[in-house]
Amino acid sequence: MTLTAVAWTVAGWLVVVGALGIVRSRNLVQTVVALSVAQSGTYVLLIAAGFQRGATVPILGAGGAGSTPVVDPLVQALVLTDIVVSATVTALLLALTVQIAKRHGTVDPDELRALRG
Amino acid sequence: MTGADVGRVDVVAPLAVTGPVLLACLVLVIGRWAPRPVVDALALVGAAALACCGGLLVAATSPGDAVTWLGGWAPAPGTHPVGIALVADPAAGLLVLLVGTLAAGGLLFSWRYFASVEARFQALVLLFCAGMTGFVLAGDLFTMLVFFELMGAVAYALAAYKIEEPRSLQGGLTFGVVNSLGAYLALCGVGVLYARTGQLNLAFLGETLAGAPPDGPAVVGVVLVLVGWLVKAAAVPFHFWLADAHAVAPTPVCVLFSGVMAPLGVYGVARVTAVVAPGVGTLAPVLVVVGTVTAVLGTVLCVVQRNLKRLLAYSTIAHVGLFLIGAADGGSRTWLVYLAGHAGVKAALFLLVGVLLARFGSVDEIDLHGAARTGRAPDRLTGALFLLAGLALAGLPPVGAGLGKAALEESVPGVLVPVVVGVSVVTAAAVLRAGLRVFLGVGPRPERRVDPERTSGEGEEREMSGRFERVPTTMLAAPTLLLAAAVVVGTLPLVGRVGAAAGERLADGTAYRASVLGPAHEAVPVEPVAWHLSGVVTGLGTTVAAVVLALVVLLSGRVPARRRRPVRRAVGRIVLGLERLHSGHVGDYVAWLLFGAAVIGIAVAAPTLG
Amino acid sequence: MSRRARLVLFGLGAVGLAVLWVVATGGLPPVGTDVHPYRDAAVAAAAAHATANVVASINFDQRAVDTLGEETILLASVVAVTTLLRPADDERVEPPDPPPAVLPATRVAGWALLPVTLLVGADVVLHGHLTPGGGFQGGVVLATALHLLYLAGSFPALQWVRPTRWAPLVEPAGSGLFVVTGLVGLAAGAGFAANILPTGVLGAPLSSGTVLVLNVVAGIGVGASIVTLLGQFLRQEVVIGPEAAS
Repeated sequence: MTLTAVAWTVAGWLVVVGALGIVRSRNLVQTVVALSVAQSGTYVLLIAAGFQRGATVPILGAGGAGSTPVVDPLVQALVLTDIVVSATVTALLLALTVQIAKRHGTVDPDELRALRG
Repeated sequence: MTGADVGRVDVVAPLAVTGPVLLACLVLVIGRWAPRPVVDALALVGAAALACCGGLLVAATSPGDAVTWLGGWAPAPGTHPVGIALVADPAAGLLVLLVGTLAAGGLLFSWRYFASVEARFQALVLLFCAGMTGFVLAGDLFTMLVFFELMGAVAYALAAYKIEEPRSLQGGLTFGVVNSLGAYLALCGVGVLYARTGQLNLAFLGETLAGAPPDGPAVVGVVLVLVGWLVKAAAVPFHFWLADAHAVAPTPVCVLFSGVMAPLGVYGVARVTAVVAPGVGTLAPVLVVVGTVTAVLGTVLCVVQRNLKRLLAYSTIAHVGLFLIGAADGGSRTWLVYLAGHAGVKAALFLLVGVLLARFGSVDEIDLHGAARTGRAPDRLTGALFLLAGLALAGLPPVGAGLGKAALEESVPGVLVPVVVGVSVVTAAAVLRAGLRVFLGVGPRPERRVDPERTSGEGEEREMSGRFERVPTTMLAAPTLLLAAAVVVGTLPLVGRVGAAAGERLADGTAYRASVLGPAHEAVPVEPVAWHLSGVVTGLGTTVAAVVLALVVLLSGRVPARRRRPVRRAVGRIVLGLERLHSGHVGDYVAWLLFGAAVIGIAVAAPTLG
Repeated sequence: MSRRARLVLFGLGAVGLAVLWVVATGGLPPVGTDVHPYRDAAVAAAAAHATANVVASINFDQRAVDTLGEETILLASVVAVTTLLRPADDERVEPPDPPPAVLPATRVAGWALLPVTLLVGADVVLHGHLTPGGGFQGGVVLATALHLLYLAGSFPALQWVRPTRWAPLVEPAGSGLFVVTGLVGLAAGAGFAANILPTGVLGAPLSSGTVLVLNVVAGIGVGASIVTLLGQFLRQEVVIGPEAAS
């Protein structure tokens, strides 16, 4: 398969499989981790969008922008931002999970029945 | 766009976004040692200052949109932009004003008595305001997303604030997972659009896409971004999280959620549709359908609730459906005014429910039957305000919600008018039914059953420290002021003028692109939103209808869950089925999220791409 | 909804989204394409401000407000976690149990690695504008250095350093400093978050203007954040317990 097909497919697959993880999950920790998996799909999408064959890292030498092209640094900056956001939201959701385990006595989503209707 | 106005916006816009952040940092640092009134006062002043910034932005941008390229990175004409632009137009200014006002109302309500350790609650509210302001002012798609995530992160914590209550934690978790996944879908859309065009700035993106008929990446990318915003707006079928989050969040937080956070999703949809994808013709009809389904579903579920906060939450969902209809089809002039009026009324209602919680320890309509009929002045004032707010929700002139509703009825296509009227009448009737039952004890006392299918309002943790025989003035002042603000929205001609202009400019993507890219267009005069005789008459009519409906339901002795005759039993079964779908299970919500995204995406893409 | 109904609903949604995904990515330029207009503009801008690491230039100079938003999200999440993991009304804070014995090898390794990690973290932060790295990455390394103490010694050792005293103050101070640096640019008339310091020579340790300053500020803020986050989770496990029935 070509690189293009593999890259886009992996990106889409990760997002969908992460969502599947949430739908099927019997443990809230798995739910939170599946959410992270879904976000990694977006990282693959962005990095793939910025890739160029034969290009080098976006670090400028002493001569400034040289003759070799560099890969797209913008998508790397976006992914960097998103990784921080994802880590912090994961921490937040895990804190909620810890408290749910204490208050509900379970971390199984099927057994959380406090909100209905 | 005069030079002086732009200069002022260059300072005010970044300050509006970062000022609350700085204040939150200050509050966190001094929170350990400073006395509570100092922290409360700082936060309140910050919210009020934000509202003033919003007003300044509205005034400065009425001649034309003001674009601020941050860091001095304005692109030379014809070059590729590298910086971030903040674009202020009257709609953005109006929303910033709304954010500041509602935050001030919520902070006033929580003055001194709201349980807050080391000033964290006040800091979270300020950060929430910063997130919303950034989302509204951002002229760059990725910046919008970053502030969307900021809004979200703070909201998840505020929703689960009462950690002793199992419900809060569950509501916060489902809120967090669903909204985050919506944001990730939007990020996929941003990635696709970037790969297609190489642009992140909204105006440049729109300009690049305008050159050719919409192709696969353009359509799917825009749809994915819109799905993210629609999750925030709680449109069906992405709405499940809102009722849960509202039912459990502290009441001053619900004020912000219902008043401005959910409608911000509609703003995002309107902005992106207008600027980036005006060429995708199928978006408008699909959004109208989504809005209508949202409005109807919200109304139906509102009626069967016994938890007062959940009742108000479903009413918010119904009204967001109306805003979506307005923004998508002909009502662009009117929906911002409706939003402003609705925000004041809904915020006041939530705060009054908060007063009930503080006084009686419950938000259950059946549990509280006649409880507030104590004859004491503060309780009577609470009841009067509650009933007035219910009437306002039904469209009573001259309150702002009624003005917006009347104007929306006049601007949407005729076939949708019954939806607008129906939503207003039925949701207001539900609110009035609750108010009459709690404050006046009208109707026979219903038997106190435990409903396994429905969330009750009992056992809700008190939010305020200490028991209240006497309600503090600040707790009653806040809803009074917010309701008064709603009346001002309905009576001050300035609001109608500004709201109409803001709405039209929000829908005008060409003017937006011109103000960022090239010579700005002259602002075209717009017919202001005002009371017409027909609007006054229908407003009075819907108010009377709502009161009659509420009284009929109460006095016929039927509790909402009981159905006797076959037709009503069939209807009852459908409603019960709908209620069962709202299970509180995060897996269900995510399944609906994917399903809804796929349906909307295919509905938009298939006709466009052939 | 039953489990099966949920999976069927999800399946329909996933299939629909897959179709849309193929339509979307089918119309995109192939991966590895030469056409990246934003990259060309960004590299030129980074060179103009003498910042060798173009990603750092984008994060802290060209699109600084995105990073400010990210920093604020970090602050918000830490405040949120502190709020969510606070001792509840029916819980109390009790002193930790005595630590289990740690292997001497682990202890030596931990203490030996502590200064190394601190140095590496500082290096990553201070050279963020020259090499891959920067405030966020370096901040995380600095925070893990502190937790080597936990692995090498015990929770009481961390308590001696008392990160829970100063970390929750350093973190908002860091975010506040980030905003103030941006506002200084505003006050100087150059625009919010403008690069107003002298940018120096490309590749020199003191170059790129405010990018270096913001890197350091971000590093401090992120380090304090991670320390606070881990401290809160550890505290929840080790120190907070249910109120004894009276």
